[in-house]
Amino acid sequence: MDAFLLELGVILLLLGFLANVAGRLGLSAIPLFLLAGLLLGEGGVHDLGASTEFIEAAGELGVLLLLLMLGLEFSAAEFTASMRRHAPSGVVDLVLNAPVGFVAGLLLGYDWQGSLALAGVTWISSSGIVARLLSDLKRTGFRETPSVLSVLVLEDIAMAVFLPLLVVVLSGGTALTAVLAVGAALGLVLLVLLATRRLGHHLGKVIGHEDDEQVLLRVLGLMLVVAGLTYLVDASAAVGAFLVGLAIPGRTAKRARDVLRPLRDLFAALFFLSFGLQTSPMDLPPVLPAALVLAVVSAVTKVATGVYAAGRDGVGPRGRVRAGAALTARGEFSIVIAELAVVAGYTDIGPLASAYVVMLGVLGPLLSRFADDIAGPWARSVQVPAPSS
Amino acid sequence: MEVTEILLPGVGVRYEFQTSAGSRVGVVARRDGEFDFVRYERNDPDAAETLLTLTRDEADTLADILGAPRIVERFADLTREIPGLVSSIIELPVGSRFDGRPLGETRVRTLTGASIVAVVRGEHVIASPAPSEVLYGGDSLVVMGTTAGLDGVRRIVVG
Repeated sequence: MDAFLLELGVILLLLGFLANVAGRLGLSAIPLFLLAGLLLGEGGVHDLGASTEFIEAAGELGVLLLLLMLGLEFSAAEFTASMRRHAPSGVVDLVLNAPVGFVAGLLLGYDWQGSLALAGVTWISSSGIVARLLSDLKRTGFRETPSVLSVLVLEDIAMAVFLPLLVVVLSGGTALTAVLAVGAALGLVLLVLLATRRLGHHLGKVIGHEDDEQVLLRVLGLMLVVAGLTYLVDASAAVGAFLVGLAIPGRTAKRARDVLRPLRDLFAALFFLSFGLQTSPMDLPPVLPAALVLAVVSAVTKVATGVYAAGRDGVGPRGRVRAGAALTARGEFSIVIAELAVVAGYTDIGPLASAYVVMLGVLGPLLSRFADDIAGPWARSVQVPAPSS
Repeated sequence: MEVTEILLPGVGVRYEFQTSAGSRVGVVARRDGEFDFVRYERNDPDAAETLLTLTRDEADTLADILGAPRIVERFADLTREIPGLVSSIIELPVGSRFDGRPLGETRVRTLTGASIVAVVRGEHVIASPAPSEVLYGGDSLVVMGTTAGLDGVRRIVVG
């Protein structure tokens, strides 16, 4: 017991220190948390004994909280606005970025199920890293920003369909069950959205309360019950958590976000750490070349996605490159997807995804910061159009 | 003056307008309650320089100093909750056919379905104005409705 408290305390201090360093460098903390996990993993610098079990359990909670917050952030108005303007951008995003992972998976000798997991890893940008980045770089007012945010919103909803699909496929489901799973997921999302519109205020009344403690316990309890139930029916528990977030209506959602944010930060940090812990540092060198190629190619395809999306909003060349660079960061969702693959027995996707996210989690913010310099030659050769108001 | 409103999913709403001196200025009202004031650059019209960032309290104070009530910003919260509902400020031009006429004569609600929910006149706000309320050129009308409805109101009031 004593060793447990001591170990956990030191780990939290270490994570705090790493987050601070990342913040000073203008980077996301996610890659550093993963690296810390890798170094502390089996055969690493120090074997964690007493606290491993707790960190694993906390990591599971971390995934649920990440998805719950994603659902809580969702607004139907923002989704419909994004769909109306940027549905083609969402398609381009999928068509350019998912095949990179899929083809890489096939080349690395995985079956199509494992390759599908890798497709998800390269497809989904990190809304956490990108949103934070735009705010840190003071780009919320930039004209390409709405297109970047729209792509992220569309990806977030796509996750609600992709995760159940992946779970079914990885557990050896046939094409028919996969189609059924996607249909069920889509139906469920629509059902929850409709129900929220009609009955949301009832749920708001049940969950909303003067007392922060009550909001915390009720939302968390509901999330765990629903996640547990979806897990029991062989669906992804994470999707259950997402749906709970989706179902909580506007005003209550804001309260819940404020109350749960610190908890999400803590448990998500432990999730990234625990994902790194599964990998021994020895497993890393063999996957580095593959991860590097994957990172470079999928960075290029993401830039192309951003260039296309911002172009739809009539943004000039420099802004379009900035949009693309911002989207290159991969993070929490790539790891969530890789975790599903690891649990299903594709253990070597773990180190590959870790290395990949460490690379793009660091490279994305850097690319974004220096996007104007990268765009320089191209932007000068193209006439900057007058702003279309 | 025309203010463009742009939704920033997950972040908030951006309002943009052009000053008479030719600068394009934007205000980002963030979900977390902070406000960014930005100015678009001349050599890259898509990039903006953040002039300052204000907390909710500071923005309230600034609004009080300027005397312009932050009505639209408050309505924006509401319009975000209800898909399809938008709000906008439409200025009644001096010399308009409704300059000096009661609000009811515009018949905007009957013709467009949109409602004039407040009239801002200098430092005064007439909330929920009665049809008998007399309008004057230079009044800012706070209108809520659908996008089509707002276009209709603009045509009626300005045309």
